[in-house]
Amino acid sequence: MPGIFDIIGPVMIGPSSSHTAGAVRLGRMARIILGERPVAAAIDLHGSFAQTYRGHGTDKALAAGLLGYHPDDVRIRDSLQTARQEDLSISFNPVDLGDVHPNTAVIHLTGVSGRKTRIVGASVGGGNIVITKIDDFEVELTGEYHTLISIHQDQPGVVAMISSILAANCVNIAFMRVSRRQRGSQALAIIEADQTISDSCLQAIRTAPSVEMALVIPPL
Amino acid sequence: MLKFNHISDLLAISKELAIPLSEIGWRYEVERSDGWSQAIWETMAASLAVMRESVQVGLTQRERSFSGLVGGDAARLFARTDNPCCLTGPVSARAAAYALAVNEVNACMGKIVACPTAGSCGILPGAMLAAAETFHFDDETLIRGLFTAAAIGLIIAENASISGAYGGCQAECGSAAAMAAGAIVEMAGGTPQQSSEAVALALKNMLGLVCDPVAGLVEVPCVKRNAFGAVHALVAAEMAMAGIQSVIPADEVIAAMHQIGLTMPKALRETSEGGLAKTPTALKLTERLLVGRKA
Repeated sequence: MPGIFDIIGPVMIGPSSSHTAGAVRLGRMARIILGERPVAAAIDLHGSFAQTYRGHGTDKALAAGLLGYHPDDVRIRDSLQTARQEDLSISFNPVDLGDVHPNTAVIHLTGVSGRKTRIVGASVGGGNIVITKIDDFEVELTGEYHTLISIHQDQPGVVAMISSILAANCVNIAFMRVSRRQRGSQALAIIEADQTISDSCLQAIRTAPSVEMALVIPPL
Repeated sequence: MLKFNHISDLLAISKELAIPLSEIGWRYEVERSDGWSQAIWETMAASLAVMRESVQVGLTQRERSFSGLVGGDAARLFARTDNPCCLTGPVSARAAAYALAVNEVNACMGKIVACPTAGSCGILPGAMLAAAETFHFDDETLIRGLFTAAAIGLIIAENASISGAYGGCQAECGSAAAMAAGAIVEMAGGTPQQSSEAVALALKNMLGLVCDPVAGLVEVPCVKRNAFGAVHALVAAEMAMAGIQSVIPADEVIAAMHQIGLTMPKALRETSEGGLAKTPTALKLTERLLVGRKA
């Protein structure tokens, strides 16, 4: 059963929890996954997002998220100007992605170091989101939990090692999903946990053998 | 742990533990989130502050929404509330004006509390704050009222829906009115049973209401529907306080709303493919507002 503040809440900038508040979270999540300040974003908008993005301020909301704002930030309405001032160029492109959630966005992001990532996510109602793809990996990421994302070699023992590091740091795993491009190549693990994953814990995972990249996403 | 799936469970717990419905909502959240009861109280107090602020901003702002269709009506109505020619009386007129104010703020990308949704965010603050002013309810009473409203909303969300896309406007504005009605009864000193009657009465009269927003925006008819929803909640609370009972109990009304939502055509569930959204005027507006064709 949901909580009291799912009913009286969220506190948000209007007009729509799915088209505005959810869109801020999608942008924010994309920025966190990129792991650095974005300088360029090309955003494909599908379905209801494509039809009504101006009227619902979905464009401003996504830009605000990319700037790192939360869904209740009163600066959201000015975010497109702010993005320009902060040298973040953003373009919006209505597309038809076929049979996906009606509020889906594909965010192609470039960071200040040149790092690129492509994130697919949907705003699924009430301001809640699901990230369904990071680059070529199929994922399912909601931002409700303390989340660890790792990219590592697809070989025996790596997932066990990551989970034992978490256990040693008293972090309980709530949900876990592992995917890979093909057997023996790169694999991606998404671990949603009940407790904060500390910097030292993250560092231990990052420096573990076969782990190529690890990042922590706090609850949105 | 406190468990309630139905309004009847709320009444049973209230009787067994001799606590008001608001206390059940509060304790539920403390147990569910394993949080501090004071912190949860403070979070609700912060929501109340945002509600108040959105009323104030909405009554004074000069802005119009993106479409230009929404803005200024809250101030227009509020100007009449203390006028001797105010037809509905100061409480109802204020409730309607406050609800308009909050929804105008929402449409203009201002800060609101979704309760239960953004599209229905004016009903609860509109009805509760207007009632609180007239009867001099303090903040503690209002915060308690919000916990009561939330507990009622949780039950509706579990057994029916609070989403227009699933259940039409009855699920959003209907739920908000039912939540407000039940909460105001407790705030005004009514019994839990009377709160339950108010929930049933309020929801019954919103059954079947479709979600047909013009151009898909949370503007027309949403904003003005919130004003009606706020007054509607007050009437339901008034009837319940007078001892009027709903022949159909609250839980059965909620179940009926669920069934109606299931059989409601998709065109009338937030898709803008039917109802007001397909009227000649709406189609003209839509043409003007759609992406790339902005006037």
